Amino acid sequence: MTDKAVPKGTWVQIHQQILTPEQRAPQVPEDTAKVPLVMITKGFLENEGQMGQIVTVRTLCGRSIEGKLIKVLPRFAHDFGDAVPELLAIGPRVRALLEGGEKQ
Amino acid sequence: MKDNSYQAVMARSNEIMKKAIGMDYSQFARAQLAFDYQALMTEAGYSLEEVVAIQRETGVGNTPLYELKNITKLARMTAPKGKGARIFLKDEASNPSGSFKARRAALSVYHAAKHGYKGVVAATSGNYGAAVASQAAIRGLKSIIVQEAFDSRGVYQPEIEEKGRACEAYGSEVLQLSVGPELFYVFLRVLEDTGFFNASLYTPYAIAGVETLGWEIVQQLKNQYDVKPDMVVITNAGGGNLTGTARGLQKAGSDAVVVGASVDLKGLHMASDNDFNRKSFTTGHTGFGVPFTTWPDRADVPRNAARPLRYMDRYVTITQGEAFYVTELLAQLEGLERGPAGNVSLAAAVALARELDEDQVLVVQETEYTGAGKHVNAQLSFARKNGIEISVGNPADSVPGKSIILPEHPRQIQIVDLDMDDLRRSYLNHALGTLKGAKPLPEDISFLAEDCRVTPEFIESIAQGVK
Ligand SMILES: Cc1ncc(COP(=O)(O)O)c(C=O)c1O
Repeated sequence: MTDKAVPKGTWVQIHQQILTPEQRAPQVPEDTAKVPLVMITKGFLENEGQMGQIVTVRTLCGRSIEGKLIKVLPRFAHDFGDAVPELLAIGPRVRALLEGGEKQ
Repeated sequence: MKDNSYQAVMARSNEIMKKAIGMDYSQFARAQLAFDYQALMTEAGYSLEEVVAIQRETGVGNTPLYELKNITKLARMTAPKGKGARIFLKDEASNPSGSFKARRAALSVYHAAKHGYKGVVAATSGNYGAAVASQAAIRGLKSIIVQEAFDSRGVYQPEIEEKGRACEAYGSEVLQLSVGPELFYVFLRVLEDTGFFNASLYTPYAIAGVETLGWEIVQQLKNQYDVKPDMVVITNAGGGNLTGTARGLQKAGSDAVVVGASVDLKGLHMASDNDFNRKSFTTGHTGFGVPFTTWPDRADVPRNAARPLRYMDRYVTITQGEAFYVTELLAQLEGLERGPAGNVSLAAAVALARELDEDQVLVVQETEYTGAGKHVNAQLSFARKNGIEISVGNPADSVPGKSIILPEHPRQIQIVDLDMDDLRRSYLNHALGTLKGAKPLPEDISFLAEDCRVTPEFIESIAQGVK
């Protein structure tokens, strides 16, 4: 961890606790009731900030939102995943079926 | 200062909603349960001609219709002699933002702009977020999308992460939440803070937006192939896709059998933090489909304009493995790489085609876009990382949340029919239960009869059992 200041205007991700476990809706299942409801959003830092500190960001639609600074230039981590051999086997098998004209 | 506690905001819900939709639903109320559905759809909605014109303005609709010749051939190989309908596919991924949800968003955003709202808010982890964001971008409105996105470990469902990215790409503020129904509380607070329009999926505008989809199917089949649809299969979750499409089919004079299809996620709890990342579908599944079919008025508007029991002739389920398998078939045999959730109805279609004659016409009513996270390989890889067992065999042996089984042979694609009368009974129990012991009035009975297509006697028999 570094305590170098993150400059004003940087695109960052912030974290906010919305409800503590005690404040959660009565109908939520047991496992969900044990954890807080949290919110993550992104925006441009309105002032210089520090990781882990409460900051204010300006969102893409222009609102100001406060929260704990958790990431700088947040990365999209989703991808196409590891190869799935069971999936790769499907194409050749059904093509062979079509070509062979197998019945049933 | 305003009390923004959970209880206080929920107590203001009706007031907040009225402002955020700009319509008083009480004008359509006719008795305790009864409301005038057709009046809601015609007076508050838009005519088909208006919808077409509004959607043309932002490039929505008029998506291609393809005949899936190789998948039809494969279905016929597993069908009795003379059986195996021609399977057609409406390629809704060609809409701006990549799904049929653009049709709904086009109307919501048009309506919001027309009534002077500066922005729109939608509570959705699905394709609707990107659709609203895209339509708002075209019409110069601001947009905020509230998503249920990750579990308490901070692990995102990859498909939702992709949809969040897409919303951001179109200029939305994206609020991502951990698992739980209190998302609605955050949504209400945003509506109250901003004064923006509630671009609900369930307003008459949103449903009218889907009617063009059913209408186009009939026109395209006639113009391109000179045939009529005998059966239309529709991926079902909140019920708007089915309701809107079926209304459009009817307006085009079609009497096609309307089949809803969902992925079976029995046993997984939708509000459970533990179950959240044990499912590989974020929509088109029974976790939404069954509760919304059996009680549509659980939505974020006073009366839901999506009322699937009015239009659904059958409701079938398939497994996650079968939906993934046909997603692969669609790419490998038809050259169309599309998202898995949109292919739920395609899986059902392979099984349904075997029931129909070779010259009959079966329409798979949509596709959705695919991309990182929102992809069959991404989902299976993610499921395996989460301890879900992936194998090849008989999908009927799979257990949602524990295993996914890809069929070994296309003959193993099999649908399970839900009992329509059970669904209707459940709907009536919900509806009559809201009366808290009061007797339904004659107008309530005729409304309920129409709302789930049963006789008044059927309702009387249920009413006697409800306390
Ligand atoms: C691609 C796709 N298909 C089907 C559905 C189901 O639509 P509905 O919720 O209106 O039943 C959705 C929405 O959740 C979707 O995004």
